[in-house]
Amino acid sequence: MKIPNPKGAVMAVVITAVVVLIFVAGCSKPQAVATAGFSPKQMADGLFTVMSSDRAVYTKQVVNRLQNDEKVIKASEHWKDEKALPLPAQMFRMGAETVAEKNPGFTYALLSLWPINKQNAPKTDAEKVALKFVADSKGATNYYTEETLGGKKYFTAVYADVAVSPACVKCHNDHDDSPRNDFVLDDVMGGVVIRLPID
Amino acid sequence: MALKKHWLWLAWMAATASMAGLLTYKLLGPDRRNLLPGETSAGHYQIELACNACHTPWMGVKEDACYGCHAEELKAANDSHPKNKFIDPRNADRLKLVSADNCVACHREHVPHQTRAMGVTMPDDYCYHCHQQTLTDRPSHKNFKFDSCATAGCHNFHDNTALYESFLLKHADEPPTKDSASLPRRDLLAYLSEFQSWKPRDAIDLQQHDAPATAVSNSTVLHDWATTAHARAGVNCTGCHTVEDKTTKTKRWSDKLDHTACRSCHESEVQGFLTGKHGMRLAQNLSPMTPGLARLPMKPEAAHRELSCTSCHSAHAFDARTAAVDSCLACHNDEHSLAFKSSKHSQLWQNELNGDAAPGTGVSCATCHLPREVHQSGNDTRVLVQHNQNYNLRPNEKMLRSVCLNCHGLAFSIDALADAALVRSNFIGRPAGHVESIDLALRRQMELQKRK
Repeated sequence: MKIPNPKGAVMAVVITAVVVLIFVAGCSKPQAVATAGFSPKQMADGLFTVMSSDRAVYTKQVVNRLQNDEKVIKASEHWKDEKALPLPAQMFRMGAETVAEKNPGFTYALLSLWPINKQNAPKTDAEKVALKFVADSKGATNYYTEETLGGKKYFTAVYADVAVSPACVKCHNDHDDSPRNDFVLDDVMGGVVIRLPID
Repeated sequence: MALKKHWLWLAWMAATASMAGLLTYKLLGPDRRNLLPGETSAGHYQIELACNACHTPWMGVKEDACYGCHAEELKAANDSHPKNKFIDPRNADRLKLVSADNCVACHREHVPHQTRAMGVTMPDDYCYHCHQQTLTDRPSHKNFKFDSCATAGCHNFHDNTALYESFLLKHADEPPTKDSASLPRRDLLAYLSEFQSWKPRDAIDLQQHDAPATAVSNSTVLHDWATTAHARAGVNCTGCHTVEDKTTKTKRWSDKLDHTACRSCHESEVQGFLTGKHGMRLAQNLSPMTPGLARLPMKPEAAHRELSCTSCHSAHAFDARTAAVDSCLACHNDEHSLAFKSSKHSQLWQNELNGDAAPGTGVSCATCHLPREVHQSGNDTRVLVQHNQNYNLRPNEKMLRSVCLNCHGLAFSIDALADAALVRSNFIGRPAGHVESIDLALRRQMELQKRK
């Protein structure tokens, strides 16, 4: 069968294809990119400085002061039910989950070789090596690497998480689910893992 | 000649226009049921024709389709597996197995052959993918099958607020029925005064009503109103019957009211009603739910009744006691509902109605299905009735904290809710089986104490 206007038909097909492509491209999620002007390492170091400072302030000036020193209020794992303060590690994780919800292009997690919740044990090869490294170096050296997860490449930075107050030590040593109960002040108890996509 | 030359284009245009017309009719016409790709689940069939409640215009699933209705519920349940827990790329390998960052990975819609309790379409052993280590970490669990984690009354994927270990231990010694078995007292007026700037008013009586003479058709209506909390709180006829005219925006009297009239004072109750199965059609701008549309057995004579606030509370009388049992049984005709009047709960309810027992000791349908929720604000405690009667049924362990523990011990309550036959008979008898959760927690506590 002869098509009366082959040029018009071709044009119609091309326009349809372009519209479909634009639609499909518009539906896909934008990819997160590392911030221009900063290296991934600088970015991760900056993020960790904020995280660790906030964490230390909450641990010392809120939990340790109100629970251990002034005995005003308890901090508890089941803080909602017991009308208590969230534990510093819970506060940190809630922040990480809230950040993840907003999808700013990076993620962070608090992990440990001696986790109370087993889901917070190292899982990827990089996490296993890094947590041992920062623990062995007693927090003196950070660990930086690149890893591919779910087909995407990440810059991964791992920083030691140190017992900054007696509240950290007491809680982890006393907890029924803690696999280690000989922590002392300033021990490395785990690590903060920050990931920035670098594809 | 020109017609002959362009016949192919004309034929194509006619065919396209016919197809577009047919599609438009199917999409916007009176019955879109035949567009459904499969039977809708029990949770959504009422709104299955409001396609855009969940779908994008091209029948994709909206990103916030689930959270739009269920976010508050998940937040209140302190969701054990929120989406944001899985966004971290360290979970990428797990997400390949279970897309736990996406509600529809486990709760697919329109797949009746796969859909089981709670609308779950994932095989029941889904915990296996992330929690295999539990078998070694907890020797007590080594013989448990992964398809029993969430089906045996032990764990839930989202709501574990009454099932976590410390909670089990805290409530381990409770007797089947507590000596102080009673419900928290409602106090709506105090709540309104505090949170909705309700200015206290003097009580008004029959002679002080302000309805226009043309609107008062019989004295029963006025008498009903005069005996309610509305009259005692100074809420006159125009307080409810004044509506805004949609075109002129002026206020006028209206005989016929809907839930929006109640909403100005009963915001949380109306919101609950619109979220539950009774009101969710109204929330989607569909016609009101009727028992005739329900999948549960309903009384044939009630099939046509349209559900609104007044279908349970009755206009003017607004008797919460009628709404708590008689209104439910006027429509519901299933085994559980029909057994209520022979149950011990019903006997307690009758005792309270007869004045033979203290207020709050009776157990009505509403006691369990429209529970009294305690809200804390500073030093004040406010009790509001949850009007989403499905809120604590997904799964039924959600009743433990808001309902059962007011009167019963935790172990007894877990066993009772896990016994499907006992639920059907409206708890006439005792639980036939036993869920080991508390025993396991106690044994572990003893082992840990020995070790220390």
